[in-house]
Amino acid sequence: MRYIGKKLAAMIITLLCISFLVYLAFDLIPGDAALAALGTDATPESLAALREQLGLNRPFLERYLEWLVHFLCGDFGTSYKYHMPVADMIVSKLPITVIMAVISFFMMVVISLPVGIYTAKHSGRRIDRFVMALNQVVMSVPHFFMGILITYLFGMLLKFFTPGGFVSYETDFWGFLSYIIFPCFAIALPKIAMSVKLLRSSCIEESKKDYVRTAYSKGNNTNKVLYRHVLRNAIIPVITLWGMTLADMLVGSIVIEQVFNIPGIGRILLTSISYRDYPVVEAVIVLIAFVVIVTNFVVDVIYQLVDPRISV
Amino acid sequence: MAKRRQGLGKVLLASMLLTLTVALGGCSGDKQDGDSEKVSDTAAASHITIGIPQDLDSLVPSLSQGAGTQEILYNIYEGLYKPDSEGNLVPAVASDYTMSEDGLVYTFTLRDGIKFHNGNPVTAADVKYSIDTCAGLNGGEPVISAFSNIVGVEAPDENTIVITLKESSSSFMAILSTVEAAIVPADAADLQTNPIGTGPYKFVSRSLQENVVLERFDGYWGEPAHIKDVTLKVLADSDSIVMNLEGGAVDLVARISAAQAAELGDDFEVLEGTMNLVQAVYLNNAVAPFDNEKVRQALCYAVNRQEILDFVSEGKGTLVGSSMFPAFGKYYIEELNDLYTTDIEKAKALLVEAGYPDGFSFTMKVPSNYQQHVDTAQVVAEQLKQIGVTADIELIEWETWLSDVYQGRDFEATLVGVDASTLTAGAMLSRFRSDAHNNFINYNNQEYDAAYAEALAAESVMDDDKATEAYKKCETILAGTAANVYIQDMCELVAVRKGYTGYTFYPLYIQDFSKLDIQ
Repeated sequence: MRYIGKKLAAMIITLLCISFLVYLAFDLIPGDAALAALGTDATPESLAALREQLGLNRPFLERYLEWLVHFLCGDFGTSYKYHMPVADMIVSKLPITVIMAVISFFMMVVISLPVGIYTAKHSGRRIDRFVMALNQVVMSVPHFFMGILITYLFGMLLKFFTPGGFVSYETDFWGFLSYIIFPCFAIALPKIAMSVKLLRSSCIEESKKDYVRTAYSKGNNTNKVLYRHVLRNAIIPVITLWGMTLADMLVGSIVIEQVFNIPGIGRILLTSISYRDYPVVEAVIVLIAFVVIVTNFVVDVIYQLVDPRISV
Repeated sequence: MAKRRQGLGKVLLASMLLTLTVALGGCSGDKQDGDSEKVSDTAAASHITIGIPQDLDSLVPSLSQGAGTQEILYNIYEGLYKPDSEGNLVPAVASDYTMSEDGLVYTFTLRDGIKFHNGNPVTAADVKYSIDTCAGLNGGEPVISAFSNIVGVEAPDENTIVITLKESSSSFMAILSTVEAAIVPADAADLQTNPIGTGPYKFVSRSLQENVVLERFDGYWGEPAHIKDVTLKVLADSDSIVMNLEGGAVDLVARISAAQAAELGDDFEVLEGTMNLVQAVYLNNAVAPFDNEKVRQALCYAVNRQEILDFVSEGKGTLVGSSMFPAFGKYYIEELNDLYTTDIEKAKALLVEAGYPDGFSFTMKVPSNYQQHVDTAQVVAEQLKQIGVTADIELIEWETWLSDVYQGRDFEATLVGVDASTLTAGAMLSRFRSDAHNNFINYNNQEYDAAYAEALAAESVMDDDKATEAYKKCETILAGTAANVYIQDMCELVAVRKGYTGYTFYPLYIQDFSKLDIQ
């Protein structure tokens, strides 16, 4: 209980720092929302009037604190550019990004687990060496480039999907799924490679330990030893990796969204940054930070469940 | 045992691959079927998907800011008058107007039987409300700054609107015809979520950063649109344009680059127009060495504009010699293009005269989101090396350009395109008056100020010939003093899928969907 309380306090402080840093960053970079809105038509009078209207002419700290109070009360503010509530903007786009992250995560677990175990069991053989070589290649390709490759292969050559032919989950859910499966694959592939490598080496290392010899001497066969004894220990570092990956996938999907022309949270974030749309950027970044911190917290808890030796 | 082990692994691997194949292949099969159906459907129901580079910033005409937004809203909303593809102002919500002798009172007659998209007739009260909003007469600041010139809007009867101005203005009709001054219903609840206008297309739905869906308005007063459904798809990543076109996700994209056009296959036709802007190396006339006319002229002589066109856009584009582009017709002076023909020796001589025999170096700020400007800047920098001048290109974000270069005037040189918001000479030339708020190059020339004042004076007494003459004088002064290194009016390339016809170029930022048709 005390542990959770401590974690919670750390989380809140982290989020506060992040939101402050974002606000500060926007204050330091050139350009502001009024200028971005008026563009080359701006006159000194119209600029002053719009800054007054948006409250941009007040001191930095005052603006930040006001935003913070409103944010804590659940009022995320109104987008400068789209003149609509920030909460509405995020709510309609969040499912896209979350579904993408969940599917990629699922792909990673379902594929890396069997492949990792298989290569560990057959380490040193030709198939293992082949998979490991392939693994190394996939791991070193950044996911946005993987996205381009996948678009070219599955979209342009094999015509499995129409590049750019994204449909929203609201209009056609199955059409949506059949499109995002490809970007998800692009996000998942490098992570699959990573966890295969980790699981394989972790299995091999564990199987060299004394308790494995004991287990064999008790009359267990290879599979029993592997699944009952080795895997239980070998999986711990992999679970840590998966936990960190989940947050990484959320962030990764922001990049992949651009490659596959998907209007998710990432698109909202990028366009809002270039438009100096503070309320939207703040809300999205705090949200992402929140998700990252919470997943890390959940991973810590799972960690303890899997390995009772670890107490924090 | 070893055999069994291997067997289990193989099953695992096989089942895993199978799942993946089914997952990837299964859905793709559906997709393909769906696609072929879609194609045949669209032909019958007449539908087009058009790629746009950014989402609309607002659906309320008076709040819209970006040119990319207003060119789309042109299809939904109309003002009392509107520009046509020749650049003339033609009646829209009004059917006619008269102007008083002194140019202060404009009387408009509303078009008979004209309706909003919701079926309600357009009344004089709606017009009064719309103009009042733009002029800030409903309270608040004027939305269109030029409309602060309006002192009153009256509706003496159901079909008549009388607008009174503080002082006469030749550009009033042009500003009245912009999308910002569109006529909207006085009782509309929320135009932001439910836009209602009088244009050939009505709003259906919108998904942020994804698409905007329009449908033909069957109660339109004029020639109805040909294509029933128009979907505007946001293509935020310019690198994906070709892929989206080739893959069939979009049918039409305007303003593609020459490189993108070259990548397109046989399914597409590439139409060529002009962008209607003046691309130039804009020089800060207030900082050394560009405060020296001879230095500026030296740069003009050193740059080979035809070579730039050949390098950057495969020779496409129109050379310009001053701050005016050909679509302006009567104001455009073609002869100014030949004022500075490339002459390296002369350029070097001018530099020596100016006191820079060994050349100098300067920083050229270029907004990084405009690839064509970036490409052009690189060619210009190469060319300037021939006279010993080094141009360091600094790529900056568009918002930084706005705040540092355009507002802050903190730059030596910048390469951008300057366009006109209305088809009035003032839209291009007023900024170079020494006291203009948007004179970002700090141009300071008393002769120019006098010529511009002369043009305004001629306009106020409605002497168009004399005004045109004075504006031309302004252009000649700009060219003669080498205010900037003028380059070109860039070519505008539009990719259209074969089968669609009727794309029309406008001399202003306008995309007219009502003229599009299917063969």
